[in-house]
Amino acid sequence: MDIILQKISEYLQKGDEEKVFELTKQAIGHNFDTKEILDNGLIAGMNIIGEQFKKHEIFLPDVLMAAKAMYAGMDQLKPLLIKDGIQGMGKIVLGTVHGDLHDIGKNLVGIMLKGAGFEVIDLGRDVPAEKFVDTALNEQVKVIGLSALLTTTMSVMKEVISILKVKDTTNSIKTIVGGAPLSKDYAKEIGADAYAYDSANAVESVKELIGVN
Amino acid sequence: MRPKLKFLTDELIQKIINEAIEILCKIGIEINNQNVLSLLSGKGVRIKKSRAYFTEDIIQKALKTAPNSFSLYDVNGNEANDLSGYNINFTPGSAALHILDYNTQEIRNPTTKDYINFAKIVNQLKYIASQSTAFIPSDVNEKISDSYRLFLSLLYCKKPVITGAFRIESFEVMKNMQIAVRSSGKTLKEKPLTVFSCCPTSPFKWSDVTSQNLIDCAKYSIPIEFISMPLSGFIAPVTLVGTLIQHTAETLSGIVISQLANPGTPILYGGSPAIFDIRYETTPMGAVETMMIDCAYNEIGKYLGLPTQAYISLSDAKQLDAQAGLESSMGATLAALSGINMIAGPGMLDFESCQSLEKLVLDNEICGMTLRMVKGIEPKEDFPAIPLLQELLKEKHLLISKHTRTHLKLEHFFPGQVINRANRPRWIEEGSTSLKERAHNEVEKLITSYEPTKISKEIQKELIQLMETEARRYGQEKLPDRDLSHCV
Ligand code: B12
Repeated sequence: MDIILQKISEYLQKGDEEKVFELTKQAIGHNFDTKEILDNGLIAGMNIIGEQFKKHEIFLPDVLMAAKAMYAGMDQLKPLLIKDGIQGMGKIVLGTVHGDLHDIGKNLVGIMLKGAGFEVIDLGRDVPAEKFVDTALNEQVKVIGLSALLTTTMSVMKEVISILKVKDTTNSIKTIVGGAPLSKDYAKEIGADAYAYDSANAVESVKELIGVN
Repeated sequence: MRPKLKFLTDELIQKIINEAIEILCKIGIEINNQNVLSLLSGKGVRIKKSRAYFTEDIIQKALKTAPNSFSLYDVNGNEANDLSGYNINFTPGSAALHILDYNTQEIRNPTTKDYINFAKIVNQLKYIASQSTAFIPSDVNEKISDSYRLFLSLLYCKKPVITGAFRIESFEVMKNMQIAVRSSGKTLKEKPLTVFSCCPTSPFKWSDVTSQNLIDCAKYSIPIEFISMPLSGFIAPVTLVGTLIQHTAETLSGIVISQLANPGTPILYGGSPAIFDIRYETTPMGAVETMMIDCAYNEIGKYLGLPTQAYISLSDAKQLDAQAGLESSMGATLAALSGINMIAGPGMLDFESCQSLEKLVLDNEICGMTLRMVKGIEPKEDFPAIPLLQELLKEKHLLISKHTRTHLKLEHFFPGQVINRANRPRWIEEGSTSLKERAHNEVEKLITSYEPTKISKEIQKELIQLMETEARRYGQEKLPDRDLSHCV
């Protein structure tokens, strides 16, 4: 019976959107547990993709193809997950800080996080500090992801983190930062919870931050 | 004959230009700045929401008013860069985030002291024609980090400056500093001192800041280099021709805005496109395809009769290693053969994000070699050859022949100490130095041999006052300590 979930994972890795759509539909028809389809089918496939990507066995477009296939399955699972009250991987708010227009890296990180099953709220670029925090609180996100590519805009990240410290009274929202001028040390200095240097690394760090694997 | 390299046929160039023009007329270009939109609208450009739609006529007119060439003048008012025809001028890669410390080999944030060392070295490098605001000193308030670079550049190095603003507000003081050096806006217009980088955002967009910078520069006839950065296979077509079409459309849009703002504004047909390396999520400047795109858009610029610029002759290596040398010299060679007028790159590592003083002095030699190369092979007193060869047969050598003494220095280029041409025993006797050690020694030598530029005390005072006022505006009461022995 599990063979169908195995197949979902396999076709997902091949980036075959149609097959994943078809098989997920079948699995739902066979009354598989929704969470099981998600974990052992879709996410299992994406995890393998993530590993291969990290080892440079496959490239970005392969990951994006797989992610696209995953959405084909996810779209059908979503209503069921909501009905069963099953939490997904969680929400992340992402954006490039105020004054900065570089969004290529941030977009890539967003694509990969989505691929890994997170719900990504992308605020775009040139995003005011307050907006990150307000959106995070309203949307009950787990993580805020901040991007900056200019030496002149790095400090806005610090601003976001201090606003968050004030407004997030339960101290439950984590922060992760990235971008060419940043470093682990700088992230630490401004009180960010994590730093990542590329999109695969970002997925890994976010998972670590919120304690899933 | 000057050797020339070509990647495109005229037929293909014309096809690319036609396609780009069609894009600007049909898809238009998004402009996120009300001043620019109003300006364009006032000049008869069709605006719909924040998109501007040009016509072929408007584009052709702009191409007619954009100058075919211009020159840059140093701080003392002497002509320093001739941006015309196939002339080449090297300038260090600009706006790095980091510096590779020449003492500790650590990659770190640069400071005022690094910047001054950099300016002192560039001032003396023979084959580097202009300076650039090469990195961002991290010991000043970030709101003045763009203007502060220009300030230090003008104080410590005489060469013209390739620069740019990071914010709309910074333009004012950066313009005033230039007027201070030239004494009036009119002289500044006659003798341009700087070039400002203005970047469209791929695909087909102009941001608030960069488009405002563009029209501000145009207003004062400050030369502009357009830096369009399509990334092949990511935010541009994967094919080199497809990337060129996008680059052409984005660059043309900048030319039109500049010429509508102020006809005759000097511009460089430039860019920093790259292929996108899907394996590492990076934008390699050392990739051969990146260099091919650069050389090719330069051909398009030349076809349009415009002076050109490119970020080429730099490397993605993280240290001064063989990769740094090979990528930089390959770029410099291709750029020189293509006749790119402003070749930006020397000193730069790590995808335009790290400057190295040691690499800069090595690159200076690479530039020297390519400058020699493009002089080409020309007959001097070579025909008839028999008298000279009879002299050779008689004397057994030509070392002190008049012919040799006349032509030696022009025919042969002698690199500096960084390049080692000693035989092995001599190399051993002289310490078996590595390239890195020799480059390091050269850096130290140049820092000590620096002599202040001839910029007058009055101008220095004015620059310092402008900078201090600007710093105070952002709450910085005192500028970092400078090496005061050289200025007031
Ligand atoms: C492309 C580019 C542009 C494009 C941006 C287009 C876009 N839509 O983003 C354009 C042309 C618009 C542009 C404009 C400018 N740019 Co620019 N640009 C670059 C360039 C060449 C590449 C950046 C890039 O996209 N890299 C590829 C992506 C995939 O990598 P990445 O961004 O680093 O992202 C990865 C990681 O950092 C990480 N990451 C990124 N964000 C996040 C977020 C999170 C949460 C996490 C976990 C991880 C993460 O993961 C990503 C995926 O691998 C860099 C050079 C460089 N080495 O970075 C210069 C660079 C950043 N720009 C620079 C400059 C100066 C400018 C301008 C000011 C130029 C000007 N005078 O107009 C303007 C800025 C305008 C503004 N206010 O923002 C300088 C910065 C100087 C400085 N010290 O601050 C650089 C270093 C180049 C240079 N030497 O001149 N630029």
